[in-house]
This record gives sequence, C-alpha cells and structure tokens, in this order.
Amino acid sequence: MQERTSAPPGSEAMPLNAYTRLPLRFLTCGSVDNGKSTLIGRLLYEKKLVHHDHLAALERDSQKHGTTGAVDFALLLDGLEVEREQGITVDVAYRYFATERRAFIVADAPGHEQYTRNMATGASTADLAVLLVDARMGLLTQTRRHAIIASMLGLRHVVLTVNKMDLVAFDQEVFTRIAADFVSFAGDLGFRTIQAIPVSARDGDNVSAPSPRMAWYCGPTLLSYLEEIDVEDECSLGPFRMPVQLVLRPDPDSRGFAGTVASGRARVGDELAVLPSGQVSRLKQIFVAGGECDTAAAGDAVMLTLTDEIDIGRGDMLVASQHRPLVADQFAAHLVWMSSEGLLPGRSYLMKINHGTVAATVTTLKHRIDVNTLGRSVAKTLSLNDVGVCNLSLARPVAFDAYSDNRETGSFILIDRYTNETLAAGMIDFALRRAANIRPQDIAVTTADRSRLMHHRPLVLWFTGLSGAGKSTVANLVEAGLHSRGIHTTLLDGDNVRLGLNKDLGFTQADRVENIRRVGEVAKLMADAGLVVMCSFISPFRAERQTLRELIGAEAFIEIFVDAPLEACIARDPKGLYRRALAGEIRNFTGVDQPYEAPDAPELRLQAGDTRPQVLADQVISYVMRRVLI
Amino acid sequence: MAIVGLLVPDCDMTCCDMTWHHHHLRLRRLEAEAIYIIREAVAEFSKPVMLYSIGKDSSVMLHLALKAFAPAMLPFPLLHVDTTWKFREMIAFRDELVARSGLELLVHVNAEGLARGISPIASGPALHTHVMKTEGLRQALEKWHFDAAFGGARRDEEKSRAKERIFSLRTAAQGWDPRNQRPEFRGLFNTRMKKGETMRVFPLSNWTELDVWHYIRAEQIPVVPLYFARSRPVVERDGALIMVDDERLALLPGEVPRMMQVRFRTLGCYPLTGAIPSNAATIDDIIAEMMASTISERQGRVIDRDDNGSMEQKKREGYF
Repeated sequence: MQERTSAPPGSEAMPLNAYTRLPLRFLTCGSVDNGKSTLIGRLLYEKKLVHHDHLAALERDSQKHGTTGAVDFALLLDGLEVEREQGITVDVAYRYFATERRAFIVADAPGHEQYTRNMATGASTADLAVLLVDARMGLLTQTRRHAIIASMLGLRHVVLTVNKMDLVAFDQEVFTRIAADFVSFAGDLGFRTIQAIPVSARDGDNVSAPSPRMAWYCGPTLLSYLEEIDVEDECSLGPFRMPVQLVLRPDPDSRGFAGTVASGRARVGDELAVLPSGQVSRLKQIFVAGGECDTAAAGDAVMLTLTDEIDIGRGDMLVASQHRPLVADQFAAHLVWMSSEGLLPGRSYLMKINHGTVAATVTTLKHRIDVNTLGRSVAKTLSLNDVGVCNLSLARPVAFDAYSDNRETGSFILIDRYTNETLAAGMIDFALRRAANIRPQDIAVTTADRSRLMHHRPLVLWFTGLSGAGKSTVANLVEAGLHSRGIHTTLLDGDNVRLGLNKDLGFTQADRVENIRRVGEVAKLMADAGLVVMCSFISPFRAERQTLRELIGAEAFIEIFVDAPLEACIARDPKGLYRRALAGEIRNFTGVDQPYEAPDAPELRLQAGDTRPQVLADQVISYVMRRVLI
Repeated sequence: MAIVGLLVPDCDMTCCDMTWHHHHLRLRRLEAEAIYIIREAVAEFSKPVMLYSIGKDSSVMLHLALKAFAPAMLPFPLLHVDTTWKFREMIAFRDELVARSGLELLVHVNAEGLARGISPIASGPALHTHVMKTEGLRQALEKWHFDAAFGGARRDEEKSRAKERIFSLRTAAQGWDPRNQRPEFRGLFNTRMKKGETMRVFPLSNWTELDVWHYIRAEQIPVVPLYFARSRPVVERDGALIMVDDERLALLPGEVPRMMQVRFRTLGCYPLTGAIPSNAATIDDIIAEMMASTISERQGRVIDRDDNGSMEQKKREGYF
C-alpha cells in the first residue's frame, strides 16, 4: 500500500474553508416521519441559506400542504409535486449548501421500505449518514435497515440524530437509552465513528445552536459536528487505478487514455500495467483537466500517454504495476435488487463495470440478507429492494477490486438486455478462487493453424427445440452427411452428456443452467480443436443461448431452431416423457409446466412438423458447407 | 447548417497554469466530475450535441468540454435553440465566440412558431416558452437525429431539478417521467436506450451558482457583459426590471424607460428576464454580492412564476 498522500503543495497557507476542503457528502435517512426533510430544511433556514423568495413560497405552501400547522421546513426539500401532495419523500433529492467552514452535499433519501433502492443510490456516493430516530419510538425496523444498508454501501461514519426531543420533555434517559441501543446494534456494522446527538428539528435545538433546554448534553451541535468531522478521502489512499473511459488522439501520432483516477497517485515515469492483458509500460505524459502536469491524483479527470504502443480500449484499467487489482471472470458480490422484475439465476444480463459492458450471469444465489436483522435466508430469486449475496460469471475477465477496498473499482450495475432497465447495484466481495489463481496460458498452435490442417473452419451447431421435436435425429443425420464430405465432426447429445460428464446434475433450474454451461465449455474446446460440433439440447431460455453465443463467439455459433408444434411433439413422444409429465409424474418439463422461449433470430429455422428429417438435415449440411470451407 | 466532424478548441490549454488547482479542492473535484460525465456520454452515444444557451452555465460547460478532450478537438457540435428574443448582446457574444474559435454551432428557430406570431409579449411567457424553447428543442433534436444532449442545468436551481438524474432518459415523445427514473449508482450510468429515446446529460448537476462564478474567475472564462452592472435602460413591469433591448418591447401607458445601474443573474428572452439593481462590475464584485444575497437565482425569471410546480410541468414536456 502507498502512504497516504500528503496535502497538495501550496495548501499549507490556505485556510480551511468551503472551497479549500472537499465538500462533505452526507445522506439523511431513517424511518418515515422521523423528520429528515424538516431537519435539513431547518438547517438551511438557521444558517440563512434559504432565499427570501423561497421563504415566501414556503409560507404559501405551508398553508396549502403543511403537516405541522406552522412553517413546514420539509416543503423546502420535497420538490416533486407528487411528494407535496402525499407528504412523503419518494426520490433522492440533492441539496447544496455551504457554511464558512465547509460545503455540503446532502442526499435526502426516502424512508419507506419500497424506496430502499433510492436510499442505496443516495448512500453510494455519501461519506457519512445522518440517521434520524424519533425519540418517542426509539430504533425501528427501518432505522436498523438504513444502518445496515449504509454500512453495506461502504459508509463508515454515522450521526445518530435523536429527533423530537421536545416531545419527550428533553429527557436525558430517553436519549441515553436510544444511543446505547444503537451502539449495541451497530457494533458489527463496521462504522468507524458513531456520534449521537439529541435534537428538535422543528424548534432547532442542537441543530446549529446548543439547546438551553438540554443543558445535560455537552456534545457538539449537529452542524458543528458535520463541519468538523474528518472523513479521510479514502480514494486518495491505495494503489493507482484508472479505468480507461475513452481513447483520444492528442496528436495524429499518439493515443491518450482518458479517465478519472479511481485511487492513488501516479507520476510521469511510473511503471503501469494494463489490465486485463497484463502488458506493462511507463507513464509518458499526464494531462489533468486538459493541462499537462507531473502527477495525477485520485479524483482527477486525466488523459495519460504511455511510452509503448499498446492496444488499450474502453473498459481496460491502468494500474500501478506492483499493486494490481484482481482479474477474474467470476466473483462473489452483494446485490441490491432495484427492479420489479426479479432476479433469475442463469439469465444473461449486461454488467457495466469500470466502463466495460460485459455479459454476466448470476450462477449461484447464495442467500438473501434480511436487511432488518442481517439474517440470511435461502432464496431462489431477489425481488425489488432485496439484498442478496451471489456468485457471478462474466463472458470475459475484467479487472476490479473488492468494494471494501475501493468503492470506485469494486462496484457495478446489472442491466436488462431487453428493457434496458437498471436491475441491480452490485458490490464485489472477492474473486472466486479458481478464477483468481488461473491465468490463461498462451498456446503456440492457434485454432487458425488447426483449421488450415483440416481444410475447414470450426463451428458449433446448436440444435434447440422442444423435447421430441427431432433435434437428435436431425443432428445425427447432419453429422453423418458432414463426415462423408470430409468434415471433422463430433456430437454432444443431451442424454449422453448426462450419463457421463454431467451425471452429478439433476433437473432443478440451477442444475439445468450448469448443464448447459458445461456443454458450452466442452463445445468451445472442441471447436478450438478445429471440429464442427453438433449440440442437441432443449435449452429453453433465450438468455442462456445468448450466453453460449458470447462464449463461443458469434462467428462460430450457429443456432438451429428445430421448430415442431407442441402437439406434434406430444403425439410423437418418442421417450414417453410427455405422457408422464402430463400425468404429473415429471415436474419442470419444458412445454408442459416450463416455458420454451423460441429464438428471435436463429441462423436456421427447421420446420419440423411433417418434413422428413433427411430433408431438414440437407438444409443444415448445405448451410454448413458454405460456411466452413477455407 | 451541416455538422462538420471535428471542431477546434478556442483556448490554448497546453500550458498548465492551473495554480488554483492546488488549493481549490472543491472546484477541482467539480471540474473532474463534469469532465467525467461529458466523456462518458461521448463514449456511449453515437451522436451527442451540446445545448449552448449563451449564459454563464453554458460558457462553463463548453469550457469543461474543451478541457475534456484537449488537446484533441471537441467531438460534437453546439446547438442554440433561438427564440429570436434573446438580448442583442447575447447573440453578439455567441457569434463572436464562433468566429474566434471555429466551433461548429447549429442554430434552430421554430419557424412554425414564428409564423404563428408567437412572442413573449403577445402570447405570454408560458406559451412562448413552450413553443419556441420546448418545441423548438424537440424539432432540433429530431432534425439532426441527436441521441443525447448536454444541458447546463444545475440541481441547486430549482426544486424539481434537485431530483433530476445526471443521465436523464426522455421517451420517444421527449417526455420526462420523474417517478420512474433510473437509479444512479455511483458513476455507473446506464446509457442504454430503445429506438427513438434520447438522453439529457447534465454535467453541472452538482454545481451551485457560486461554484460557477468561482470557476469563471479561476479559469478566466469569458461571459456575456450583461452579467456585469452597467447603466441600462429599464422599465418596471409586474415587479421586474425589464431592459428595453429593442423596439419590439412596446411600452405600456405610463412606462418610461430610465437608466439604472443593473445587471442580470440569469439570461433568457429579454422581455422575460428581470434585471437586478447592482454595482457589481467585476467577477469579484459579483461573488461578493452573491455571498450577501438573499434572493434566489431564478427569481428574475418571469416564466417560473406561474405556479410552484411549473418547472416540473415544463420538464415533463421536454423543457430543459
């Protein structure tokens, strides 16, 4: 680890004020009706940070929508019309204010359970949480949940603000008990500081001025605490990381790698590694915000040039060569699920991570976390606002750090391929061991070399369709036809593979996903060996087949839809399986009680109703012969 | 006007005279964040454009964009949706900037609105703004097939803007659905769109008005002279000081223009933009005046006054 970077040169003489320090980013959270918006409104009002015209509007609004009778400070913050009508905060609102000593960015997050995702969003960029508790109620489920989410999202400082002290007659006992409850609850959450402050947001006690009504309290007011607290800028610590955002051409002969320094510091001449490729070069030039400089520090928007010509693109990462992040295609992570469409393990999603977009699949959902108690429960899916721990598998390796080491390089989002919705926010825990310790070995003989020897290119022919559609029959005929034309082939059949390689797998959803994943990997190895590989599997889900396409590569993956009507398959029923499924003897049978998602755009579609299998096979053979010959 | 590919930066940024960088950590971080956002949009969208409204926020945003790509050139054009009612000094400033820098500027006027005789005086602020700005913008984005547009809006300007995302999706009809916005987790912006959808991108989301002026001072960014106090002819109308910028402002009975020492905190269509009495003739004066001010920035905007939720309403319809 590098030493913590010292203050930049020239700063000694500068007084600490709202411009010379970084702003404090804090989140206000806590149960609904605990007075979060009122507290911030009050703070702005007391520091005379509310403009006169806004105050006039506030007084008008208080008469119309107010919930307290007097001037309602919450209305300063609840900006959207829907919120003013319902009297609650539904979205994160950002507020900006500065005192002489410090500037603040406040994320005011909603308290209701159905807006947990918004709270997680607000917390993801905050340094500190101001957690509100109603003195009359003490710690509630929502208080605990928000503390847990804040901790999970990497916040290390909490101010427990015990509000509405006026309604408990400013009783010291009440305050002390709530503070003690919280400290004992939050002991395991990894907070570095916890400060409890008794306030009345409505009347202003201990908000910015000490309260004469709580003379027993000797600690700081909320504002003075926020002005003073030192949340060390963690991204300036740690080794150098810069995810490449964009490749620019500073002049016709050189390439500049633009991005924002996620952590650490680099100087001209430093040795940097490019990940995931692992190539090493030296830092030639640094431009910070357009001007050439000697050093780049965490948080700077930079463009770097290197001494060597290396192929680097968006999604790669430039790092200190002696302190590299992890590179893996599998890792364990916490997910906050943000969509009403639940998580489907095995489905192919898009992951945005360190500027790369890569196909990703949740291979195992290990457990769901009860964010009210931190308890674990077994789960098959995650729903909106759920938090879970899972293993993810990516289509290609990426560079990352654990979220607890680096919030910048350890976070990602999952996006739905079809709706483009943001489904989940993710925080990486660790790379899975087998992936972390294994590096791809360069092999001297390439697939192209093998193809030249065989006089044809490799292909993977993926036959998908209902059970009984005739996939295996057609695949057999295709192999025979190709073999007779001198093509090197092999055939992977669903039943045969389950008798050997996959005999440990059953028919649960997770096992089906693993079955297809292994077959995909085997097919890829066979194709690398130069073969034309026939695979005959029901493979009912589009997302899985998309994953295969990305694994094997679009140029070699041929999706062949053996399209037979369900009635025809039931009528044929060559293995008697439909009869048993319809009788309820077999569960999760595709076409009976599990859906089959037909391909949108297969390379080949075989109308398998009445046509003779050899006619279908001939269609495939002529397609393949056009594709494979060199 | 056609788009020509690459544009020439207008200022020399090869020298590193950024002494303020060492002590103004806050500005340095705001600058870096805006550059990050601008670069992210350029990396992810096929045809972005920067809305350039000639005001101080646009000037800062353009300056940041030039820095984001320097010493390479700006990879997108600027777009000004002109209502034909801007202050003359604004248009002069705009044209001078283009002439000096060689930046590619597209200008769009809602010709249909002009033909209908829409004006801020005859039609009222709400209709004028809707037709000439909101509809004009929609027409321009469609005309040139832009898939993303940078805007200089800041969250501290107005309450509904405080909830706007940095990358804010617009439907194919350019509408905004404030209740169904994509969550933004750290700097991981989801930029994927369906056909016809577009994105609004706000690099200055986390800046305050005071930050903007501090940055203009630190970076010596040129701004329209209307921001500085000078003796100008104004009439008092509906509680606002309206500058008599040309002969189209028909004087009402009893209105006599008088010379007053005034300046503008925001710039828009001149009949809708109230001046403030001020002696602030330099950027330092402006910053000092703002630190002491108790009136909000958009208070001079006649258009915001219709109703309290009116900005949200306009934004839903596609106003910036």
